Amino acid sequence: MEMANTCPSLKAKDYKSGTKPVWCPGCGDYSVLLAITKAMAEMSLSPENVALVSGIGCSSRLPAYLNVYGFHAVHGRALPVATGLKVSRPDLTVLAAGGDGDGFSIGGNHFMHACRRNVDMTYIVMDNQVYGMTKGQASPTTDPDWDKSKLTPGGTKINPYYPLVIALASGANFIARASSTDPNGAAKVLVDAMQHPGFSFVHMLSPCVTFRPEQKDWKKMVRAAPVEPTTDPAVAAKRLMTDDNFFLGTLYKGNRAPYQPELKTSVEHISELEKGFIL
Amino acid sequence: MNDFASLATPPTQHIGVTRSLSIAMLGSGGSGVMTAGGQLLDAAGQAGWYGMMTRSSGPQIRGGEAAALLRLSPKPVETHKGRFDILLAIDWLNADRFVGEIILDSNSIVIGDQGGTVPEAISRMGGRYVELPLSELAKGISGGRPNMVALGALAHLIGLPIDALEAVLTKSLSKKGQEAVDASMAGVRAGAEQASAVPDIPDFKVEANAKQERWSITGNEAAGLGAIRGGVRFVAAYPITPGTEILEWLAPNLKKVGGVLVQAEDELASINQLIGGSFGGTPSLTATSGPGLALMIESIGLAVASETPVVVVDVMRGGPSTGIPTKSEQSDLNIAIYGLHGDAPHIVVAPMSIGDCLFTTQWATHLAETLQTASIVLSDQSLGQTRALIDRPADIAFVSGGRSITSRSEDFKRYAVNDSGVSPMSIPGTVGCQYTADGLEHSPTGTPSSRAEDHIQQLNKRKRKLDQFDYGDHWALTEGEGEIAVLTWGSSTGPVSEAIDMLRAEGYKVRLISMRLLLPAQPQRLAQALQGVERTLIVEQCHGAQFHHYLRAHYDLPGEIRSMAIPGPLMIRPDDVYSELKAWENA
Repeated sequence: MEMANTCPSLKAKDYKSGTKPVWCPGCGDYSVLLAITKAMAEMSLSPENVALVSGIGCSSRLPAYLNVYGFHAVHGRALPVATGLKVSRPDLTVLAAGGDGDGFSIGGNHFMHACRRNVDMTYIVMDNQVYGMTKGQASPTTDPDWDKSKLTPGGTKINPYYPLVIALASGANFIARASSTDPNGAAKVLVDAMQHPGFSFVHMLSPCVTFRPEQKDWKKMVRAAPVEPTTDPAVAAKRLMTDDNFFLGTLYKGNRAPYQPELKTSVEHISELEKGFIL
Repeated sequence: MNDFASLATPPTQHIGVTRSLSIAMLGSGGSGVMTAGGQLLDAAGQAGWYGMMTRSSGPQIRGGEAAALLRLSPKPVETHKGRFDILLAIDWLNADRFVGEIILDSNSIVIGDQGGTVPEAISRMGGRYVELPLSELAKGISGGRPNMVALGALAHLIGLPIDALEAVLTKSLSKKGQEAVDASMAGVRAGAEQASAVPDIPDFKVEANAKQERWSITGNEAAGLGAIRGGVRFVAAYPITPGTEILEWLAPNLKKVGGVLVQAEDELASINQLIGGSFGGTPSLTATSGPGLALMIESIGLAVASETPVVVVDVMRGGPSTGIPTKSEQSDLNIAIYGLHGDAPHIVVAPMSIGDCLFTTQWATHLAETLQTASIVLSDQSLGQTRALIDRPADIAFVSGGRSITSRSEDFKRYAVNDSGVSPMSIPGTVGCQYTADGLEHSPTGTPSSRAEDHIQQLNKRKRKLDQFDYGDHWALTEGEGEIAVLTWGSSTGPVSEAIDMLRAEGYKVRLISMRLLLPAQPQRLAQALQGVERTLIVEQCHGAQFHHYLRAHYDLPGEIRSMAIPGPLMIRPDDVYSELKAWENA
């Protein structure tokens, strides 16, 4: 296998595959794609040593648009696929990506356990508080009074899920928020996330202009968090619990050692494993 | 008295070509019957015998009643007879629940502790009752336990050399020190002496066998070793009865060969972790049981569509739903074959003996890797959790050719349409061969596509690669000749094979066909194996006759067909199959 650790000559556009995205014009995900390619170029990553794994949903179409190894898995399962890949191939840079429904609803259990397991990878959730691909249903991050879905005519009447708080409580080692409205800022956060050891969670605000047109206002609402990243979970807890969902930047950087079992052979031959069976 | 079964003088009323001795040890949880049973089995192996031991207990994890069911023989054995020569109970608490499983007759001998009362359900089956002071003798020994006294008594009765027991106890108690070995051996000697002092108990003397290397292994351990021999280096799994022992064996052993086992948060995670591991180039496997397989099904389809090799070992138990977790049944055949949505060709194989769990798992891994698809291995509780004394399974090496691309290729197309149907597969790290694996239908390059042309090309390709592959002689065990055939699979092979031996001893000609490869179906091979057959009995441990229906759907079966479909939890016995065939013969 030819291996090269870095590729300093590549520009952001070189990380794109050239396949035309299925996204609606104006979708925030275009800018997330741009931010990811900028971050990869900034880190001079060799495309063949990077893998991006996704689930199902609008944002999960992302891998096909990049020139890295990709896996477009089934709904909700990006994190386990990425976990298996990274644990068995620690030499790779592994990212997982998807939407709020994919990551927090059908894949919610994996999110919690990926935070807890702390495998060295970066998880980008493009949150638009709606299921876009199935044409506009409420997601776990939708406000309870949003009543535009035929499935929940009077609104969901249940409180949204706070992914950053869950991430912290579950043990994520890095927690940040970025926004598609600021691709350069998002790229910076992604570089920070990929460079930090362990499980890095990036909450990426990415408006759905089709089913949540009001989210176009998000660009006026987002602002840099007026704080430095904390390493103290208690400080982070307070920060995230009182967060209004629009502070951007790295909010928490833990120092837990990543989960990575050593892959080292200690026997000369497989037949040594048979000894226990011999009478 | 000469009316006890023994290896030296097999009982004539039970026509068995395999001369054997069946022993049941019974006791409440913590009484140590499983430990003593395992030691008796291993000592029998030391003395040159073959044998097997099944652990039988209720759904409770600790406590309750437990039975170690042993069968010892000078020839390899793969099934219980049902009838037992010796039943030894350390106590009789809740012993009634084994009535269906442990059958006694007037030739059986029942041994109980002094002062105990044999439950009516047991005593009414017949057999001669003998009391031994098991707990009293144990009390007289510092660190003594009744199960060791029982072990010594049994060893004496069956003519097992005490030094074989001493060798096994010394090995199994090595961590506890010489004191523990001495206490156990004192119990064993006391038990042996007591048994010899009881009047009118005949000796079960056994001719010594030539000693040779013999393994003591369960089907679950064998599956684990088969996985490693097949190249598996990544396992992700969620614990489930009765598959967990595969994982418990693999966890430390994978580590030794540079692999890793991850305990996942659920079965959805484990199958998808495998897909990730395999995508990265590492042969990957998981072990589960029916409920876990049901949860994994969606992503097994992803493995098929994205052509990512994975192996799933399903150690079947009684179903549906939670069913009977500790008992065997062959009722996951339908879900393994038909459970995937869409047209999703994949591999389904089944081991036909405890030792074969090794070969079949290794083969399943080879097939998954070579054909870039999902392999499901249908083992079951009786194979997985039964310990057998076997000869060392042969080393078999397969040449895998699935992951063919290791360097830059200008015209690399991950899902290229070609004659074999097996497309070039690169692994991350290979320059210039980046692609996106996808569960969406795709073009040859992997780009999502809903075009009719791409769909039919990829469907054909995924089917073709499995249909055209040469599975060789491994597809089934076929032996014997004649116009009567028994068609079976998996753990039913043991009792069927023994029933056929019984019939052959009477001069009948019977063919045995046990199918290891269930998917893709092999209609031409089976037609050839059944040529000239006029009657076929289809045997399976399944209420819904799933195997029978599967055969009807995929094969042309000649002549008259009878289905013998019996659900768990009781195992199919050789006598049952024998009687069914005799009844048909005489009909």
